[in-house]
Amino acid sequence: MKAFVTRIVALAALVLTVAPPVALAKTDIQWWHAMQGVLGERVNEIAAKFNVSQKDYEVKPVFKGSYPETLNAAIAAYRAKQPPHVVQVFEVGTQTMLSSGAVYPVHQLLKDNGIAMDWNDLIGPVKSYYSTGGNLASMAFNSSTPILYYNKDLFKKAGLPDKPPATWDEVESMAKKLVASGAKCGYSTAWPSWVLMENMHALHDQPFADHSNGFDGLATGLKIQGPFGVKMMELLARGAKEGWFTYNGRLSKAEANMGGGECGIFTTSSAYIAGLTRASEGKFTWGTGMLPKMAGYPQGNSIIGGATLWVMKGAKPEEYKGVAEFFKYLASTDNQAWWAGVTGYLPLTNAAVKAMEASGHYAKNPHQKTSVNQMAAGKTTPNSQGIRLGNFVSVRDAIEEQMENIFSGKKAPKQGLDDAVAKSNDILKEFRALYK
Amino acid sequence: MKRTVFRNRWLPYALVAPQVAITLVFFFWPAFDSVRLSLYRASPFGDRLIYVGLANFERLLADEAYLRSAVTSFVFSFFVTIVGLALALLLASLANAKIRGLAVYRSLLLWPYGIAPAIAGIIWLFIFHPSYGVLPYVLSFVTAYQFNWFLKGWVAMTLIVVAAIWKQFGYNLAFYLAGLQAIETSVIEAASVDGAGPIRRFFAIVFPLLSPVTFFLFTLNMTFSFFDTFGLVHSVTQGGPGDATSIMVYRAWKDGFEGLQLGYSAAQSVILMLVVIGLTAMQFRYAEKKVTY
Repeated sequence: MKAFVTRIVALAALVLTVAPPVALAKTDIQWWHAMQGVLGERVNEIAAKFNVSQKDYEVKPVFKGSYPETLNAAIAAYRAKQPPHVVQVFEVGTQTMLSSGAVYPVHQLLKDNGIAMDWNDLIGPVKSYYSTGGNLASMAFNSSTPILYYNKDLFKKAGLPDKPPATWDEVESMAKKLVASGAKCGYSTAWPSWVLMENMHALHDQPFADHSNGFDGLATGLKIQGPFGVKMMELLARGAKEGWFTYNGRLSKAEANMGGGECGIFTTSSAYIAGLTRASEGKFTWGTGMLPKMAGYPQGNSIIGGATLWVMKGAKPEEYKGVAEFFKYLASTDNQAWWAGVTGYLPLTNAAVKAMEASGHYAKNPHQKTSVNQMAAGKTTPNSQGIRLGNFVSVRDAIEEQMENIFSGKKAPKQGLDDAVAKSNDILKEFRALYK
Repeated sequence: MKRTVFRNRWLPYALVAPQVAITLVFFFWPAFDSVRLSLYRASPFGDRLIYVGLANFERLLADEAYLRSAVTSFVFSFFVTIVGLALALLLASLANAKIRGLAVYRSLLLWPYGIAPAIAGIIWLFIFHPSYGVLPYVLSFVTAYQFNWFLKGWVAMTLIVVAAIWKQFGYNLAFYLAGLQAIETSVIEAASVDGAGPIRRFFAIVFPLLSPVTFFLFTLNMTFSFFDTFGLVHSVTQGGPGDATSIMVYRAWKDGFEGLQLGYSAAQSVILMLVVIGLTAMQFRYAEKKVTY
């Protein structure tokens, strides 16, 4: 009901603002997104800047709710034959979009509209995650990768040097000291599956699913029940039991514990920098480091999360021309450097990284450099290019359900992972059956 | 009851037509569509629609997790309904006494009903939160046991049961109060004269006389806890830890809305629909006979 009223009000406002006949046949481009709060304001700023930069197109950003809500809104609109031109879809929806038959691949869109873009300048992990056959399927937009945060005040209290742990052994020994010195939580993490399963496999060059994590054809089974996954879960199950690892819920919920100054060591998205800056202001100081490694495994790379912009089929050529122009603007070094600077997301091009370096931005905001360094130090392999699964949201759910059972001691690590894999494989089978 | 006789044969049909139209469009059509969709494997964007017969149902019934979710739903609904009604009746009896400031007490007791389930959930989330909640803090002085509902299923379940009861409390109380006030004082006085104490009076007279209200509230609370508690679960536990609070309606939503497995989710809705139809039919059939109106 409330949403309905809001919609009516929004509609009325829209009618009132659009009504005066100033619009000299500017072509409208609908951009549905899921960025709320400050990020939503930044999105509006991008659109406003693009709109004044030329006079043929008017990009209209519309906030559609959470990522799943935005995707569902786009699906409903597509089925009603009135899709938006551009929709922001989270990374776990990638395979769903690729299989949908409802999208206009970005590389094709730009080629058809005669816009040349230097795809090789895109940073590797972003390019690999969203490309098929080396061609970008959707427009990279907001990408982040998990990094490590540590509370300097708690470190000092525990008598630890002002240095982030680099390995899981160090995480364990430091977290134990932190807890011994009175910290409520030694180590914790947000996004449990994304950080501890998806990223840890990629970082250590271990396969997450078959068919190269779903990049060489639809995946049929997960591989997280292998020795590496079990080792990871054993470590954390032991941590939960011994008290140096505290589980604080799914999604970004645990960030409240880090922001509240309870946790000594924490892992979450690099996009949390802005949030932690605000939460810690005047209360405690903190630092960042790269994700911890497990000894004895090869070098892979961390993978990205976040979302990209997909172009939907069913619009007119002149509208697509506008979308192409808009994407060209998005990829510009100016916009990339600005966007990464104000949000904490990764700059998507090497040129933007250089520009931020040159402008002294990283000298002033060293934490924003951590994720960039981490990705630059990694190696893109079939195991670290990304993960592409059908119904990935359900798969992630199945994994996190079992992670909870493992951390609470209800199931042994191997058993929990086996169960997660069995359920995930069933979900993957359904997806394959749909697109065989 | 007075029977109204319409002169015009069509007038009564015309009068009920809008209601029937609304029911058809907003209730029967979606319900029918769910039943139809439950027989298909459907792609999110609607480009693939493969008829699979009863495969979605087979997949569900073979899934241990789904059966667990059914049990969870019944446990949840049972506690919400039984404990909720017992508490409401107790407080309604107290609020029915003649004391000073009665209107204030009554208004305060009715208050929670004005709150949306999701908000009720958030309020209790703050009270129960393992790190910054009031309750775990107080309990930490009493016991060393960690009431961490991120990891302990029964704590999470208790949390959503308490929140659901609290949320529904005002509604139940209002009906019980009205029911209590409708009981003739002469009946109760007669019992007192015969030497029945307050407890005897309650069980021999008040409770049986309230049975229509209890019956009505029972049905309503069962339906509420089966369907309307989605917002509560979604905002507090997301079905976790593990699948300890994954009630059927939440699962159906998750598989459909987040997982985009539309046919599979539709099959779950159909099962839910059958459960509620069954519950209501059973109650009307058996309970109605024993209820004294």
